[in-house]
Amino acid sequence: MSSVDPTLNQEVMNSIVARYPRKRSAIMPLLHYVQSVAGYVTNSGIENIAEMLEIATAEVSAVATFYTQYKFNPIGEYHVGVCTNTLCAVMGGDAIFSALKEHLGIENDGVTADGKVSLEHIECNAACDYAPVVMANWEFYDNQTVESAKSLVDGARAGNPPAPTRGPNRLVTYKEASAVLAGLNDGLAGEGVQAGSATLLGLNLARKMEGK
Amino acid sequence: MATLTPILSAHWDEKDSFTLEGYKRHGGYKAAEKALAMDPDAVIQMIKDSGLRGRGGAGFPTGMKWGFIPQGDNKDHYLVVNADESEPGTCKDTPLLMANPHVLIEGCIIACHAIRAKQAFIYIRGEVTHVVRRVNQAITDAYAAGLLGKGVDVVLHIGAGAYICGEETALLDSLEGFRGQPRLRPPFPAIAGLYAKPTVVNNVESIASVPAIIANGAEWYQSMGTEKSKGATLYSLSGHVNNPGQFEAPLGITLREILEIAGGVRTGHKLKFWTPGGSSTPLFTDAHLDIPLDYEGVSAAGSMLGTKALQIFDETTCVVRAVLRWTEFYKHESCGKCTPCREGTWWLVQILRDLEAGVGTEADLEKLLDLCDNIMGRSFCALGDGATSPITSSIKYFRDEYIAHLTQGGCPFDPVQSTLFVGASK
Repeated sequence: MSSVDPTLNQEVMNSIVARYPRKRSAIMPLLHYVQSVAGYVTNSGIENIAEMLEIATAEVSAVATFYTQYKFNPIGEYHVGVCTNTLCAVMGGDAIFSALKEHLGIENDGVTADGKVSLEHIECNAACDYAPVVMANWEFYDNQTVESAKSLVDGARAGNPPAPTRGPNRLVTYKEASAVLAGLNDGLAGEGVQAGSATLLGLNLARKMEGK
Repeated sequence: MATLTPILSAHWDEKDSFTLEGYKRHGGYKAAEKALAMDPDAVIQMIKDSGLRGRGGAGFPTGMKWGFIPQGDNKDHYLVVNADESEPGTCKDTPLLMANPHVLIEGCIIACHAIRAKQAFIYIRGEVTHVVRRVNQAITDAYAAGLLGKGVDVVLHIGAGAYICGEETALLDSLEGFRGQPRLRPPFPAIAGLYAKPTVVNNVESIASVPAIIANGAEWYQSMGTEKSKGATLYSLSGHVNNPGQFEAPLGITLREILEIAGGVRTGHKLKFWTPGGSSTPLFTDAHLDIPLDYEGVSAAGSMLGTKALQIFDETTCVVRAVLRWTEFYKHESCGKCTPCREGTWWLVQILRDLEAGVGTEADLEKLLDLCDNIMGRSFCALGDGATSPITSSIKYFRDEYIAHLTQGGCPFDPVQSTLFVGASK
């Protein structure tokens, strides 16, 4: 019996497999690809990947469940992550996370009833010089406050989220972002700043010191 | 006065710094041209002579690592770039790749030539969508320009949220399509790495440093830095400072000097504790402001240079809360392969939660230290070791603060005071 999921584009999946010298290496981008179509990792997606890579479904599931970015239930069109690792937590991440839980009426890993926003506390996202940091569909929202984070989720629920601080001119959906993480090029690399102000701080100071 | 030396960051302030055109404007890909005309062994020798050491935390000499790859063995060789930047506090590779992904690709071309590899993989963490776009586009543009595909191929591999994959052998397992769990070494990746073939795994900043060394020479590079820690590097300043950000300076600069340049600790507050290189490096205090931030200096003072992630906490921060949060992180990220780390981090969290809530006795501090003793050095990789760093160092410097939680029956700090928006209206 074939395990092909008709919603998944087999050509795209084959092109992902073709990137690697050994096809099993394609599991992770294929899982991102399934999320880009279904919004989460479906059983039929796992079966399709297993058939394509000629391994057991249990082996695909074993990999999928190891990594926190793979979700096994539908999540929000806009998935919001609040960094609550130590530095962001101390500088306001804890306050932002608890305010968003209350504001949205959901807990960690919860989804709003309209399916628009899901919420998760996340670990360090490599933007500590922009703390407190909030991610939406893994795009950067730097230097957040309780108010700015609330506007972000309110905008997302209204279908009009603000653009990321360092990212494209509009916030893509979770499915669209998942396609990028599958290695598919959405053509938006040229949008947005090349660097935020904190990134440039040392360079700007060096120029000033040189000028003196 | 200490100086800053923008090399990697030299053109980050140009709007198109991330494009092929922007990169070529300042001599981009000229170093690759030069290196490809050299004998591969001469390239390795040049990197050895430069003194470049791994910028991902361990500080292993890069040229020596390249030299470990067996030659003439008729096997495929691989270069794997570790762009899985996830160590708490570490935030240098992510802005580097956003502002200039081509310098990494040029470094890959040079490194592949040196180690006789035809294929490089860039393993980037999955939680940075826009950085993935930038790197992916840069690879596409490098192919279109004929820079890739003629001897060297680069594949972008995107992770999916697992700190452990920053550990080089877990990264290799992950890249092979398995759960990201560390391997027992030996064999080291240089002998049996990706697909059991000779493999060099290097951090983004290490590989990105290569083109400038090839272009300007080993002598130029080793004219910067200290006796055993040559060159310049990215220091990432974050936390309770007036101006957080990236500072590229010669190795050996001190935190006092960086703070002077950057505008100091948050106004009206004073430094309490800091990490020199991420949360896995033992904490320092205001007694360590003048430690030279190079591999030897930091290590002589009882910590590690790590990723040069300078996380600054002022006197409003509860050290027990900070350490508990890091410990919860290690517990969550432990891959579960080795018992001391998997079980040990779980117990550390239980005890620290009690201590933060003011429950327990002073004997629990000894129990924490005993647990740390039984985790340290007893697992395949360094995750468990890293988990003990904040605990043992904080008990060393701030034992009284732990005890204050017990005598007061809870945390004596107001968490609002440590937020950035304290004092702001609601």
